[in-house]
Amino acid sequence: MAKYLLIESRDPFDAAEVGNHYEVAETLKKAGNEVTLFLVENGVLPARKSPASERLTALSKAGVTVLADAFSLKERGIGDGSVAEGIGTSPLETVIDQLEAGAKAVWH
Amino acid sequence: MKVLQVIETAYRCNLEEQDDPAVWITHAMKGAGADLGVLLTGNAVNYAVKAQDASGLSFGGKVQAQPPNIARDVAKLVDKGIEVHLVSDDAAARGIESSDLIEGVKPITRRELAALYDAHDQVWNW
Amino acid sequence: MAKKTLTFLMMDAPFESPRTATAFRLLEICAERGHDVNVFAYEGAVALPFSKQKPHANAVHGHDVDEEEHPLPKDWVAGLQNKFADKGGKLEWTNCGLCVDERGVGEAIDGIGRGTPGDHWKWAESSDNTLVIGTK
Repeated sequence: MAKYLLIESRDPFDAAEVGNHYEVAETLKKAGNEVTLFLVENGVLPARKSPASERLTALSKAGVTVLADAFSLKERGIGDGSVAEGIGTSPLETVIDQLEAGAKAVWH
Repeated sequence: MKVLQVIETAYRCNLEEQDDPAVWITHAMKGAGADLGVLLTGNAVNYAVKAQDASGLSFGGKVQAQPPNIARDVAKLVDKGIEVHLVSDDAAARGIESSDLIEGVKPITRRELAALYDAHDQVWNW
Repeated sequence: MAKKTLTFLMMDAPFESPRTATAFRLLEICAERGHDVNVFAYEGAVALPFSKQKPHANAVHGHDVDEEEHPLPKDWVAGLQNKFADKGGKLEWTNCGLCVDERGVGEAIDGIGRGTPGDHWKWAESSDNTLVIGTK
């Protein structure tokens, strides 16, 4: 089992490829890997409770750890109470923690 | 160490650079001894299409004499022994037929990517 | 915390993308932790340490040049070089030489190297981990 850190800096409103990246996260998890999907920059926009956040909540239920960068949320005025179920808030330090731990880190 | 070069962003600055920077750096690192695989995904699946032709531009009388030839550059990756995969879902979504593609590029579905990722020590997305 | 060596590839030109600020945030964390970090600047990112960047006033903000305190990436790079050293780590920054030449940004601040993608590969091989932050 490998550890994957998928960093998503884009949002599904603007980039169709984001949904495909979510699918890669799900595929890697189903294959038995430990997968974190870390949302940063506009990647946090679908973390706000909305039809778009449902996909992220579903990923969380499928076992993918979904985290949103606290600064990116704050910069966009998305308070903790607005974040959808299954999405945790996290400092950017998590990315370095996982790099230190040897995760395969993919910036998207 | 073996790295999977996931190339997704396509046709960004090719006309100025006379190549794609992600394809180019793959060649350059291979020349420096790197062990690499390549996955064409998103719009970059079109990089395997044979019929690409970026010739014919000039600006104020300055002719672009060496236009990018991405199909050639991808074929050279295959020639150098780099395994080049292409996400077949993305090709199908763009109406690309297998007969449109250069030789040697291997189709793979998105659902099959876990094994490809697992076969590499690192995954770099471009 | 054990000292690590991490390599980053940056690709975005200054003042164009949120990826630049996020990359600098990551470097700041690494500096704080005393890690050794390599940065290979590719494509537009080679202009990040360009020494001729200048701050400007901002009439829309009603600020003169001093009040505006306009951030310059070259100053962030220099500041990080110092912070890494202060915290027991080091920041090695190499610009892709061909990328520098075609953009005419050869006048970099002190401590910036010139190299090739082969240097990036060698760094990646010898590092604990690597993150490529590609342009989108």
